[in-house]
Amino acid sequence: MKVSPSAEEISADKTAGVSAISITGLNKSFDKVQAVVDLNLEISQGEFFSMLGPSGSGKTTVLRILAGFETASSGKVLLEGTDVTDLAPFDRDVNTVFQDYALFPHMSIQKNVEYGLKARKISKPKRAELASQAIDSVKLSHLADRLPHQLSGGQRQRIALARALVLRPKVLLLDEPLGALDKQLREEMQVELKRIQREAGITFIFVTHDQEEAMRMSDRIAVFNAGRIEQIGTPAEVYESPATEFVAGFLGVSNLLSGEDARQLLGSADLVNIRPERIKILPENSKPLAGEISVRATIVDIAYTGANTLYTLEGPNGLRLVATRLNQEMSGASQGLDWSDKVLATFRKEHVAKIPSK
Amino acid sequence: MSVIAKAPKRPISTYLHLHPKTGLRALLALPLTWLIGVYIISLFLLLVTAFWFTDPYTSKVRPGFTLENFVSIFTVPAYFATSVRTLGIALAVTAVCAVFAVPLGIFMAKLARPWMRNLLAVAITLPLWAGYLVKLLAMRLTFTENGLFNWLVEPLGISGPGFGIPVIVLTLAYLWFPYMALPVFTAIRQLPHNLFDASADLGAKGWPTVLRIVLPLITPAIVAGSVFTFSLSLGDYLAARFVGGKTQMVGSIIASNINLNPPVAAAFSMVPIAFVIMYLMLARRTGSLERM
Repeated sequence: MKVSPSAEEISADKTAGVSAISITGLNKSFDKVQAVVDLNLEISQGEFFSMLGPSGSGKTTVLRILAGFETASSGKVLLEGTDVTDLAPFDRDVNTVFQDYALFPHMSIQKNVEYGLKARKISKPKRAELASQAIDSVKLSHLADRLPHQLSGGQRQRIALARALVLRPKVLLLDEPLGALDKQLREEMQVELKRIQREAGITFIFVTHDQEEAMRMSDRIAVFNAGRIEQIGTPAEVYESPATEFVAGFLGVSNLLSGEDARQLLGSADLVNIRPERIKILPENSKPLAGEISVRATIVDIAYTGANTLYTLEGPNGLRLVATRLNQEMSGASQGLDWSDKVLATFRKEHVAKIPSK
Repeated sequence: MSVIAKAPKRPISTYLHLHPKTGLRALLALPLTWLIGVYIISLFLLLVTAFWFTDPYTSKVRPGFTLENFVSIFTVPAYFATSVRTLGIALAVTAVCAVFAVPLGIFMAKLARPWMRNLLAVAITLPLWAGYLVKLLAMRLTFTENGLFNWLVEPLGISGPGFGIPVIVLTLAYLWFPYMALPVFTAIRQLPHNLFDASADLGAKGWPTVLRIVLPLITPAIVAGSVFTFSLSLGDYLAARFVGGKTQMVGSIIASNINLNPPVAAAFSMVPIAFVIMYLMLARRTGSLERM
């Protein structure tokens, strides 16, 4: 007879509200190279969290430590409150979607998806049923008997996802999973991934070097550089209020001003960033509105990119600004502006993002 | 002004350029002479000899046509037992080589540091550079009655197997191990590392990963290696002679009949060839040869 709640029921209660992942004081070095430096990170349950950064910034190393493929040199990793720092990959409740999918080439799609269930000693009929459901959820039931090499890149990607998700992990790790796909398929898969994440309610940790991809998909983004996290925040936070010069430069196009350039515009030499879409280009003799900062400039470059046109402006004392205009109502690529035109560039004070000095 | 001042005079090159078939013939003349003249004709002569017979009175070989030599393989109990024994030894050698090569290959390809990997690669190939008899002698000295092996196990109250089938198997495995170890190592090295990661990630420990991922993917390499270990073992007779005690192999029968009764020796030469052909046909059915 059961009187007290089982261990499972207690732990289910306990994990409610606990961070899905909690990393404290994590360090990792390979020989003499320090790949991860004193890293702290909390990721909530059900979050779509991206680790963004250039190659070699340590984001993939952190992911591999979370998966258990690498051991931390020091520090702690908690998975829903349980210390998993020293657990082998097969003993932790996280699964990985690999960059080049890592499907087993000699097994059918069905067998690939069943692999993890088999390792967990789930009965044959149950395993076939769960695998079929998972393959169905990525809409590839008709390919279940094929071998991986008979599938396209996008299809393999979905199977890799199904193979990991069929195990219902607490956290799903995705290592640049869309890197090998062409742009159109990538964008389709971004939408698909978000849908699957919402439906499954599983925490996704997504590694990418593509800032646009990270912004589109994530609840929060951690921007990595040289083994450290430069900033953690929502896409809007990291874009609008970059915490460091690196973040400002890595996400989108930026106008980073400091020293003399900043002083002549803003009266202070502190480092600031103004996003190009915040800068308006007006005829040379227009009057700026109240609260606007303005500077006379000459157009030195025009780059048409479809949705936007980028204008490079040169102001006094070698000041350079990039301004973008949405090609919404203007006609033609040049929008009535031409090289060497004299213009007035204006922007609002509140759109000048101060970057705190370290 | 042109860089090439005038057409160069290279009559032979020009002729061959204009007559590609002549060039092809010149290229293949030597290899084909060797292949047909030496290799195929001598094997064919061997096959023909197997149907001749030896005059019981004069001991001279007479051309003719008899199946007697082949029939004797099946009807003389000692001959038949020797053929089966040889097949068993060759299979055992192959199994021993594979059992050693797979874990070694996994260690070398996936775990060892580069210097260790290179050291092991040299250690595996080194015996190929030593003479055959040197290695045979080494095994003989190890397993002889007062040899190293018995000296080592004596404190445990046991003694070695003595010269016989087990030592033949060990010796042949030692001789042919590189032929198995190298293809297996190369195949494991070519396995993408993330297949190991993926297997562990999905919950499989070491042994299931080897069983379900590594072995199926390196089967072609094991088959390739086994063709060598199997066929080389079938044809060997010196191991039986020096470390086999009284054990006879097909090679022993061939060797003792070469002068005495060449047609019988020739017929017995067909035994390893028949085994190898059967083995290749079996291997082909597994589909491994296509993936080699």
